[in-house]
Amino acid sequence: MNSSVIVFPGSNCDRDVATALTNLQFKNKMVWHKDSELPKSDLIVIPGGFSYGDYLRSGAIAAKSNILKEVIKAANSGCLVLGICNGFQILIETGLLRGALLRNKDLKFVSKDINLKIINNENKFCNKYKKNSIISLNIAHNEGNYFTQRDHLKELEDNNLIPFKYCDKEGSINENSNPNGSLNNIAGILNNKKNILGMMPHPERMVDNLISNSNGVELFTSILS
Amino acid sequence: MKITKEIIELHGLKSDEYSKIKLLMNREPNYLELGIFSAMWNEHCSYKSSKIHLKKLPVKNKNVIQGPGENAGVIDIGEGDAIVFKIESHNHPSFIEPYQGAATGVGGILRDVFTMGARPIALLNSIHFGDPSNKKTKNLLNGVVSGIGGYGNCIGIPTVAGETKFNNTYNENILVNAMAVGLVNKKKIFYSKAKGINKAVVYVGSKTGRDGIHGASMASAEFDENSEDKKPTVQVGDPFTEKLLMEACLELMKKDSIISIQDMGAAGLTSSSVEMAFKGGLGIELDLDKIPCREENMSPYEMMLSESQERMLIILEDGKENEARQIFKKWDLDFVVIGKTTDTKNLSLKFKNEVVATIPIEALSSKAPLYDRKWVKKKFDKKKINLKEHKKIKFDKAFFELISSPNHSNKQWVTEQYDQMVMGNTIERSGADAAIVKIHQKDKAIALTVDSSANYCKSHPLSGGKQIVCESWRNLISVGAKPIAITNCLNFGNPENPEVMGQFAENILGIKEACEFLDYPVVSGNVSFYNGTNNNNIYPTPVIGGVGLIKNLNKIKNHKFKKIDSHILIIGKTFGHLDQSAFINELYNIHDGMPPEINLLNEKNNGEMILKLIANENINSVHDISSGGIIIALAEMSISSQVGVKIQKPQKISNIFEYFFGEDQGRYLIEVEKNNLSKVEKKLRENNIYFENIGTTQKDYFELEKDLKINVKELYELNNKWYNKFNGLNS
Repeated sequence: MNSSVIVFPGSNCDRDVATALTNLQFKNKMVWHKDSELPKSDLIVIPGGFSYGDYLRSGAIAAKSNILKEVIKAANSGCLVLGICNGFQILIETGLLRGALLRNKDLKFVSKDINLKIINNENKFCNKYKKNSIISLNIAHNEGNYFTQRDHLKELEDNNLIPFKYCDKEGSINENSNPNGSLNNIAGILNNKKNILGMMPHPERMVDNLISNSNGVELFTSILS
Repeated sequence: MKITKEIIELHGLKSDEYSKIKLLMNREPNYLELGIFSAMWNEHCSYKSSKIHLKKLPVKNKNVIQGPGENAGVIDIGEGDAIVFKIESHNHPSFIEPYQGAATGVGGILRDVFTMGARPIALLNSIHFGDPSNKKTKNLLNGVVSGIGGYGNCIGIPTVAGETKFNNTYNENILVNAMAVGLVNKKKIFYSKAKGINKAVVYVGSKTGRDGIHGASMASAEFDENSEDKKPTVQVGDPFTEKLLMEACLELMKKDSIISIQDMGAAGLTSSSVEMAFKGGLGIELDLDKIPCREENMSPYEMMLSESQERMLIILEDGKENEARQIFKKWDLDFVVIGKTTDTKNLSLKFKNEVVATIPIEALSSKAPLYDRKWVKKKFDKKKINLKEHKKIKFDKAFFELISSPNHSNKQWVTEQYDQMVMGNTIERSGADAAIVKIHQKDKAIALTVDSSANYCKSHPLSGGKQIVCESWRNLISVGAKPIAITNCLNFGNPENPEVMGQFAENILGIKEACEFLDYPVVSGNVSFYNGTNNNNIYPTPVIGGVGLIKNLNKIKNHKFKKIDSHILIIGKTFGHLDQSAFINELYNIHDGMPPEINLLNEKNNGEMILKLIANENINSVHDISSGGIIIALAEMSISSQVGVKIQKPQKISNIFEYFFGEDQGRYLIEVEKNNLSKVEKKLRENNIYFENIGTTQKDYFELEKDLKINVKELYELNNKWYNKFNGLNS
């Protein structure tokens, strides 16, 4: 499977994602933000980082970049697109995903391992996970507090567009297990066609048991299957 | 402008120093030249008070590729890989403007590392604050932590370990020390020594602004009630530009274009150009009209003294200009040839077609003042604490108080504001004895730690110096790493005060003795004097950053208990030394007495034994015993693993407080499974290692006979209570 990782000057998880993809047998290419052509890709990843510094709203400038025009075209024609952390913020800014990512509820950068419950696995990104299973991934962000309008939230819930929510070790989804104030503990969302996933947690950091755990592997192998 | 007595004083120069300038110049300097002298001759840049002492430190062994004197130290970790690392202070700016001060501290130390060709792979920090109940402390802590995080998180280097400490001695002078660690190919290390005449001198990175002018001079004087006025001397950081600069430099370094490279740190353009020329025995000529400026009408004085961040000076090989320019263009950074190397041995500055300054390079570097300042030996307070003379306190109450005190509380509130996992190689994060970072796509790792113990160093600078090196060594051993080398950040008061200078001199001797004995050399470092306000000097606070090597990734240990019914052994002898301990300090508010003694021979034997036990897979977990003694170390093992303990008092002990809170050195706790116990005990006896078996791990309860019993979940809560409350008060 061919994958492309978009590299902005301030991307800083680009190498990590590329390493994970390559180790899992993707044929990966790095694509520079100034490029105006995408290599043939089955999967496009927009990695974490600070795209253009994010001194303005996170991802706002990146959404207007050369390469994003191509990503939007590809996404609209059904290519799989995965936005992780800053990548999620950029997807929101482009309008490919709806809603907003506000500052974390306690107004601080938060970096820690959190638990996620797999709410929906009937999509290209999560089919290797068991429904209702609990996985642990790492988060590291300042603006990950997902918010959207009530009718959109209902749409997300009703149409199985929320793949995972923050929970505690036992799987309870409540305020105490919500690290950033996200609506309904939402950690990631899909578009209606389910070919675009935006998520705040970093699956690429959890692909090696020696370093952390390997809970992120299934996300990538789901895409491969 | 006429150079008056007042102007000389404002530049932090003493009258005899000014006379020396006139002698070296053979004339009166002009205003610009005076500014340049003050930037190079201040304590921060010249090390004029510390140099003769620093020379005593051991700086070489078979692993050292580069010792002190370069942007950072370099050690060999085999297979063609080398580690570049250094620690540096940003104390003065952080007290005046905590967010920017701390952020630019991180930025500066990162530049020191990637200037040498290394990709930074880890950040660490040591931060010290005053009384936590003081409102100012809260603001400072908040600002410093978010500044450190703001910079490291954005540039994408994990902050993997650190220490956050509180002590009233830092009420008016906080300490912010940042350490950066990078990985480099041994054959592609870059240095700052210029070579060749008529080579292009290139300015790259951010534009020059008016921020940070006189920053280095500010860091070379005490504070007084007007410190707030010094805000404009604090630089403003831009981590995004630093990221661009880092990537561009690393990309250029893959080619053979660079003769030498130096970051513009303290004293900016002045010190970087002087340093490069001096090391190469050359002169340097700069055309100041070409400097990319952020603000209009900047004077040569402002350009030469600005400490704007994210800038570098490069001397290029002939014919490589275009290739290099393309790379910086790709990263949208300024790239301007601003001058050339010369054979004049002068720093020569042109502005608007006029020569505005000519100074012999040597006058700014090797001929800068050097002082053997007067120092006095510390008088010791040999009185020993006698608990019977003080109020009685119940053991469990004392323990609960200490484990929930600011200094022993869980530091998650701090560390969760740092991205610890970016780059995907962090095996062990903050909270462990040492962090472990895997070398990308190799089967080896490095272990990293930063340590300090100001209380010990204050009461006995010599012994404190030894202790802090040992503590660093012990922390690396505890995760299974072979300690390789250290970097030190020496934070002291006013060196013109003979007592402070005595602390410095004796402390260095202590560091030297321990480093030599343990073959643990100093490869880089930084001295920060004048940490004082209105004649109140801080406790001497050397901070040691240690790096160790782990060759086998399967032989890593941490301090988390792994099983129940394991035995818990103390390695090393417990005498029950309470003077200068956290227990006496925090619970009785007693601050005199002597620190625990250091026995380097035992330290070495015990440490090497631990490494053998780890290599032979005889033990499950290891933890070094430090502040708070055995009971706090046990608690940390329980809290992190949520496994309880059942401890028995050894029969011979005279006093439970002395035994469990005492801070004797060279000790470790190890967890040994039942079926390994006889094997381990035999090995310890054969090697004459003193040990005691003090109990076993158990489910749920942290228990010491009738004196203490608490559920491990409650213990966890207790350990988190202080920061949760602190956080609540701030939101």
